[in-house]
Amino acid sequence: MNAWTDAIVVLVALTNLALLGSSRLSVCIRVVAIQGIFFGLAAVLLRAEPLTMDLGLVALASVVMKGIVFPALLLRTARNVNIRREVEPFVGFTTSLFIGLGLLGIALWIGSQLPSAANPTGSLVIPLALFTVMVGLFTIASRKKAISQVLGYLTMENGIFAFGVTVVGGIPVLVELGVLMDVFVAVFVMCIATWHISREFDHIDVDQLNALKG
Amino acid sequence: MLLCLFAAGVLVLSGLAALVTSGKPRLSVVVGSTGAGVGCVLAIIPAVRTLVLGGTETLRGAWNMPWGSFYLELDGLSAFFLVVICLVSGVASVYGAGYLAAWRGRKALGPVCFFYNVLVASMMTVVLARNGLLFLVAWEVMSLSSFFLVTFESERPGVREAGWTYLVATHLGTAFLLALFALLGQGAGSLDFDNFATFGKSAPHLAGLAFILAVVGFGTKAGFIPLHVWLPEAHPAAPSHVSAVMSGVMIKTGIYGLIRFILFLGPPPMWWGVALVAIGLTSGVLGVLFALAQHDLKRLLAYHSVENIGIITLGLGVGVIGISGGSATIAVLGFAGALLHVLNHALFKGLLFLGTGSVLHATHTGEIDHLGGLLRRMPWTGMTFLVGCVAIVGLPPLNGFVSEFLIYFGAFKGVGTSGPLTVVACLGVIGGLALIGGLAAACFAKAFGIVFLGEPRSVHAQEARESRHLGMLSAMVILAVACVLFGLLGPLTVAGATPAIARAAGLDGATTAAALAPAVTSLSGVILVAGILLIAAGSLLLLRFLLLKGRTVTEAGTWDCGYARPTVRMQYTASSFAQPLTTLFRMFLRTHRTIHMPDELFPKEAAVSTETPDAFRRKVYQPVFRFVLTQLERVRQIQHGHLQLYVLYIAVALLILLLWKMR
Amino acid sequence: MAVESLISVVLALVLAPLFLGVINRVKAIFAGRTGQPLLQTYYDLAKLLRKGAVYSRTTTWVFRAGPTVALAATLAALVVMPLGGTPALVSFPGDLVLFAYLLGLGRFFTVVAALDTGSSFEGMGASREVQFAAVAEPALLLGLAALAVRTHSLSLSGIFAGPAGSVTLQAWIQMGPIVLLVGGAFLIVFLAENARIPVDDPNTHLELTMIHEVMVLDHSGPDFAFIQYGGALKHWVLGALVVGCLLPVHPASALWAPAVSVAEMLTLAVVVGIIESVMARLRLVSVPHLLAGALTLSVVALVLVIY
Repeated sequence: MNAWTDAIVVLVALTNLALLGSSRLSVCIRVVAIQGIFFGLAAVLLRAEPLTMDLGLVALASVVMKGIVFPALLLRTARNVNIRREVEPFVGFTTSLFIGLGLLGIALWIGSQLPSAANPTGSLVIPLALFTVMVGLFTIASRKKAISQVLGYLTMENGIFAFGVTVVGGIPVLVELGVLMDVFVAVFVMCIATWHISREFDHIDVDQLNALKG
Repeated sequence: MLLCLFAAGVLVLSGLAALVTSGKPRLSVVVGSTGAGVGCVLAIIPAVRTLVLGGTETLRGAWNMPWGSFYLELDGLSAFFLVVICLVSGVASVYGAGYLAAWRGRKALGPVCFFYNVLVASMMTVVLARNGLLFLVAWEVMSLSSFFLVTFESERPGVREAGWTYLVATHLGTAFLLALFALLGQGAGSLDFDNFATFGKSAPHLAGLAFILAVVGFGTKAGFIPLHVWLPEAHPAAPSHVSAVMSGVMIKTGIYGLIRFILFLGPPPMWWGVALVAIGLTSGVLGVLFALAQHDLKRLLAYHSVENIGIITLGLGVGVIGISGGSATIAVLGFAGALLHVLNHALFKGLLFLGTGSVLHATHTGEIDHLGGLLRRMPWTGMTFLVGCVAIVGLPPLNGFVSEFLIYFGAFKGVGTSGPLTVVACLGVIGGLALIGGLAAACFAKAFGIVFLGEPRSVHAQEARESRHLGMLSAMVILAVACVLFGLLGPLTVAGATPAIARAAGLDGATTAAALAPAVTSLSGVILVAGILLIAAGSLLLLRFLLLKGRTVTEAGTWDCGYARPTVRMQYTASSFAQPLTTLFRMFLRTHRTIHMPDELFPKEAAVSTETPDAFRRKVYQPVFRFVLTQLERVRQIQHGHLQLYVLYIAVALLILLLWKMR
Repeated sequence: MAVESLISVVLALVLAPLFLGVINRVKAIFAGRTGQPLLQTYYDLAKLLRKGAVYSRTTTWVFRAGPTVALAATLAALVVMPLGGTPALVSFPGDLVLFAYLLGLGRFFTVVAALDTGSSFEGMGASREVQFAAVAEPALLLGLAALAVRTHSLSLSGIFAGPAGSVTLQAWIQMGPIVLLVGGAFLIVFLAENARIPVDDPNTHLELTMIHEVMVLDHSGPDFAFIQYGGALKHWVLGALVVGCLLPVHPASALWAPAVSVAEMLTLAVVVGIIESVMARLRLVSVPHLLAGALTLSVVALVLVIY
């Protein structure tokens, strides 16, 4: 694979770093959408075997869902609860950025240690998929707003999808579509829950939800 | 070599003479300083001769101590450090002659001169010694004499505590050195360094332990973070010319020891170099961050010494990485940068401390926020201080840039040619040096700008006048000129230091010179651009002069936005200047802020003060010492004072001995 | 070779104020105004050189020397910087470190001259300036390190104007992402060092919001002319870095090279004008985040180079 394909993958890494570094929720939502589109396209473009109908359908469905449906849902929720920024995360934005760089290094090192059967083309997709999963987990752990938690979950899902498609190869269409459906339901439910939380408590800070303990 | 011994003798004798004539302060100070100056000049001659001509001089004698022998040797590395010691100590003693005049009549000056001379003589012995016991004795004499110098003004609050902190810290370090020497000398009968040199081959599995002991032991003296906690206490407490010597020279003996002992430990594995780079990065960045938050001028300079030791260690790390990677170029460049920075730092830190001494001499306060406008009142001090600031930030064309350039060059070569771990380490060196450079520029813009520029912020600063003493002025001017010269003559300095670099890297002279050649060519390019810079500056000055000749040039007040009554207290203070950076890095600094808000209807007073105590001292050392103290309190109960129980102790001990021998 | 380098240096010296003129004209077009003449900066410089000077009573020789040293440092940096595919007048391995530190020298003396006035306005600008510089330096040097490692050359001329393996349009195919990332980092550093929106507004006259402008508030006459000209030269020198990464079009024949390089620089001026017109100035506490973003771009480029 030449440098330009790896370049697209690098752009995905930049979307992860942008997710870590920006405080504006609309930017974060759009960045995760772009990431979903890119991973969906990369899954199609980077295959060694020719394109089948099944895989094309899966890719199209995932691009549509992640690129159009989820961002629309999340943006609408953000507008409804009137939240525009992640104001005080547990870990500051610049520090998150540097931790993200560290995670990138770790993911690249793990990628270099994997046996070559797992990564025959030697491309950067596997390490960057790992990186995406790690960034998703970190986002869930370090942010307070519920929408950021959803974005972290979506990022993790993006990473797992990319990893699965590149390593495993032919996942049955039904399984893929089922996973997409699950994710859609999860995001839908989370948006409704966020709206209700905001209506009840006037904020969507997840760390204060432990006040609900008796 | 005999000349060195003679010089040391001159130093000690003149110190004793100063002590004896303590009743006549003027005489004792003159005797002491002249002796120090003469001794340093005498000792520098064989050192320079060894550096220029190469070769080694040895002196061996018997000594009646177990494991000890009077074994001295002057090779390239020792000669280089000897040059550093003599240059700065000699100039500082000239300064001290004038500086100590302020205490004439109030304190006895004889002991200060005595201990100063003993300090210089012991430092000379440390770099010349080739026997473990001799080394340790000289090390201990160095620590003790500097302790007495630090507590010179023991009536000032905090000085005694600073002295105790220093004493405890240096002895903890010496304990590690004892362990190191014991480990290295256990096979052989004596503690001669010749026997140590084979340690690496005979016991490679213990080399890692020896390395750690050396890093901790010598690092305490050098001031690595987290072993540095004594530096910001001791250096401000000492008289300024002593601070210059301690900061510029004494901590470098730690670096000397580290280089010498790493040579004994055989081929270094990669993790040593990476560990040194990590230590250098932490010391450099944290040192300059803590310096930014200080508002006492001497404490700021002390933290900067920690930072520069960090830079030297970065160079050492690159050098060791080069040796373990088998690349002569990287090794030579790293050690060249480190050694040259030892010299350069001694020069400009000495200069800065001497300048601070002048400021203290004139204003009697070191609090930056109480000073200001001193450039008009003390022009020579200000100008030399500016030269020192430009040098310490590492700006071309002065000497700080030359040594940092060499370290960068070595790191760049390391990035281009080696395996992943070295590449990451070298990139850390590059990024770290860049960050340190930017923060140091901020810190010294603050130090020079708030202290010397603007309007005086207090009565002390307003009434400051330049000292008339020729010794003080000439010492500062000599060091400033040295900074400029060593900057403009970079290639010559590198050539002169080649024997030392060769010794440190474990290579021979020809290979070293060949490996240094590209760097020397680049340095010539640097000098060419520096020349263009100076020509450009000169012609622009001429242009400006010609343009303004026929025009009106008037003076007015500074633009104050039409404010009716500006006062000098409305100028920027040191804390406010550094505030954006200290806020950005507040996670490391943990500054305490005390705010006294205005609280009545017609508020009268409000105050803000910030205090940045050393985080390591507070979080690491104090809890440990407190714990040790509480445990030892329990043991204290043996000493309760009852005489009968003491007699009982003796009786029981005798009974046990009797029973034991009877068996 | 040396003749072409000399020509590009002379072009830089002559055309640097035009760079500022183009930026201002683009901003005016966006705002629907006619705007200043393109050559306005030249007229300003001529006017200032004709004037006398007023100095504050608080200032010393440092204040009078500051603009001179800053301009001399920028001139020295110009000598080391390759412009438009021709090697620089002076080049040697390691000159990228010298370049960064020469800019630092100019900045140090500007800051110190600002503190000399004893005014809180200048102090404000100086303290912000050193903060931004401290965070921008690593971004600049690490970006240069990435390029140096990729092109196996430690000299700026080797990176941007070297014969093979350096940053040319053909080489983009191999090292596209790296050069784009580093170019992005350099663009952010350019905006920060030259006091452009989104870091600082060169047109604001409120002292509380100025950074660069307030540091030079008390200068007048020829000193101020040196400062303005030095600023324009700094735009050109740092712009050559950005253009070398993002627009490395080097014509084959040496005859066209100067014209093409000037066209590239003026394109950058148009881009900067567009950025200034469509973006708002960032809050001061967000500028370190932006510079940390530049540092991130440099580090990602480095990671790519090593991997």
